[in-house]
Amino acid sequence: MSQPNQAGLELMLPPGPVPTAPVPFAPELARGLLRDMLRIRRLEEKAAELYGAGQIRGFLHLYIGEEAVAAGAMLALQPEDTVVATYREHGQALLRGVSMRAIMAEMFGKQEGCSRGRGGSMHLFDAKARFFGGNAIVAGGLPLAVGLALADRMQGIRRVTACFFGDGAVAEGAFHESMNLAALWQLPVLFCCENNLYAMGTSLPRAQSQTDLCTKAAGYRIAARAVDGMDVVATYQAALEAADTVRAAQQPFFLEFQTYRFRAHSMFDPDLYRDKAEVEHWKEHGPIHTYTARLKTQGRLAEEQFLALDAEVGREVDDAVAFADAGHWEAVSDLLRDVHTPADGGAS
Amino acid sequence: MSHTSYREALREAMRDALRRDPRVFLMGEDVGRYGGSYAVSKGLQAEFGPERIRDTPLSELAFVGAGIGAALGGLRPIVEVMTVNFSLLALDQIVNTAATWRHMSGGQCSVPLVIRMTTGAGRQLAAQHSHSLEGWYAHIPGIRVLAPATLEDARGMLWPALQDPDPVILFEHGQLYNVEGELAEDVAVDIHSARVRRSGNDVTLIAYGGLLGKALDAAEQLAKEGIDAEVIDLRVLRPLDDATLLASLQKTHRVVMVDEGWKSGSLAAEVVARLTEQAFYEFDAPPVRVCSAEVPIPYARHLEEAALPQVATIAAAVRTVCGT
Repeated sequence: MSQPNQAGLELMLPPGPVPTAPVPFAPELARGLLRDMLRIRRLEEKAAELYGAGQIRGFLHLYIGEEAVAAGAMLALQPEDTVVATYREHGQALLRGVSMRAIMAEMFGKQEGCSRGRGGSMHLFDAKARFFGGNAIVAGGLPLAVGLALADRMQGIRRVTACFFGDGAVAEGAFHESMNLAALWQLPVLFCCENNLYAMGTSLPRAQSQTDLCTKAAGYRIAARAVDGMDVVATYQAALEAADTVRAAQQPFFLEFQTYRFRAHSMFDPDLYRDKAEVEHWKEHGPIHTYTARLKTQGRLAEEQFLALDAEVGREVDDAVAFADAGHWEAVSDLLRDVHTPADGGAS
Repeated sequence: MSHTSYREALREAMRDALRRDPRVFLMGEDVGRYGGSYAVSKGLQAEFGPERIRDTPLSELAFVGAGIGAALGGLRPIVEVMTVNFSLLALDQIVNTAATWRHMSGGQCSVPLVIRMTTGAGRQLAAQHSHSLEGWYAHIPGIRVLAPATLEDARGMLWPALQDPDPVILFEHGQLYNVEGELAEDVAVDIHSARVRRSGNDVTLIAYGGLLGKALDAAEQLAKEGIDAEVIDLRVLRPLDDATLLASLQKTHRVVMVDEGWKSGSLAAEVVARLTEQAFYEFDAPPVRVCSAEVPIPYARHLEEAALPQVATIAAAVRTVCGT
């Protein structure tokens, strides 16, 4: 997987070949996955553009390159399931049903945003969709997921709590404490490790003595599986199987998505810690173009159809931007709201 | 009225809550089979079972975070952390998650969690089991901080804390567990006001938690000298009940604040600053703070005693403020 290069940086290459196998899904599902990935991609490309224009500020962490993970994993969940995500969560939020309008408005800091402009890009929430953030503390969501699953267990509710986190989280104590608790108490948590090989600028081999992350799960007697996170066919199939296992057996499962982010860690990141050749290798595995190519090879997607789909997504993005732009700045007199729940129970 | 102890009052409060609300459960290190490191939960596991009196591994960060998750998931967890020193291992979840979640979610996700923990010195437990960090927690918007100092509050504060839709931290001073006395059968207290525990006219003596008793003892001693001190039990460390403090200042015109935390950046500093900001011209003498010496709490008994506010040092501070 690794080979030294002239600059002394080790190239970390995709674990397998570019996927070319026929897409085994029915037309609606096959097309839906493509649409899901495109929606994330176009939303984020627009967000990056608007960041450059100064309309979005703060930290903005793009998911570009990793779309197959969210597309596969989110589709594998049921509406009653729970999702706990990270600060790189635009994709999960969008596919969980948070509207592109509400996400864009949140990035703009408008009160029409899904967190009323109090969270921004890193803290997207939708309690109705059981989407519990948007957490910018690395590994901070894992204990939360354990507790949400514990609440389900104690109330006799059968559902899956899907908890997303990156390879960086594996170095945190919260990861290990939470994995242990989930296994000890046999809680239905689907641990979704998005291994994009970099914790900000620190590569996995520079952070972990054991880079095979599934072995960490084995240490807690949690069933684990690694999957090609660049292949949406693989991510969906693996996530569906894993979620079904968690749901049926009511015990945790660790799913490692081997993926890669094409953009820098955040908009502040000069991206000096990795070789451009490495990025190029991974781009050959880009989840959208490889998937599109497979569908085309199968004769299941014509270029015009792709362009039509892309245009439809583009219109959704434009509409979201217009919505965010037309949104309102919350009155400064409301500054202190939502620090505590108001006496009426918080119907705010 | 019945005879009870602070420990038993806390236990009765939990028993009552566990009976009244099926969503309530207790989770923490050795709360179950062992009976609680300070025996507060003794007997509860036998009564309510291991699901609701849930022993955890030594994973403060994860089980406090799991308490937050369980609260979001519809339960009403009581999480016990063995001491405030150990709570630092869970500080991230308390400050970055519990306190922020409602706000960051734009009001969508309240966290109805109660965290109980032991605080304070006086038992020769040295510097990793004795600190008073209540003031740190009282710094954080989004959480309510309580310090039951009486049997009544030990019995009564838990239920309203569990009714609070937001996180509440309850600090139990380690030296109070064995305090005994008479307690009424029906206890109903609030969790938003300070309380005058001894009415007086000459000086306002503000204390909370483990030092309320010493402040009251000092007041009795001073009464014999002709100084009539009003003793206020702060009870709620966040949000502070400024009105009760200001009313007393307007009566006595003198203030001494007793705080087991260190003086630098202390809760005492906050209280005195608020009074000074709001009622500077009410003061007939500069306010005085009696706090712990700026040293990690030492093991040796004589040094530990020297580090902590004592009845004599409190009384001496009052005399200074009163100019006697």
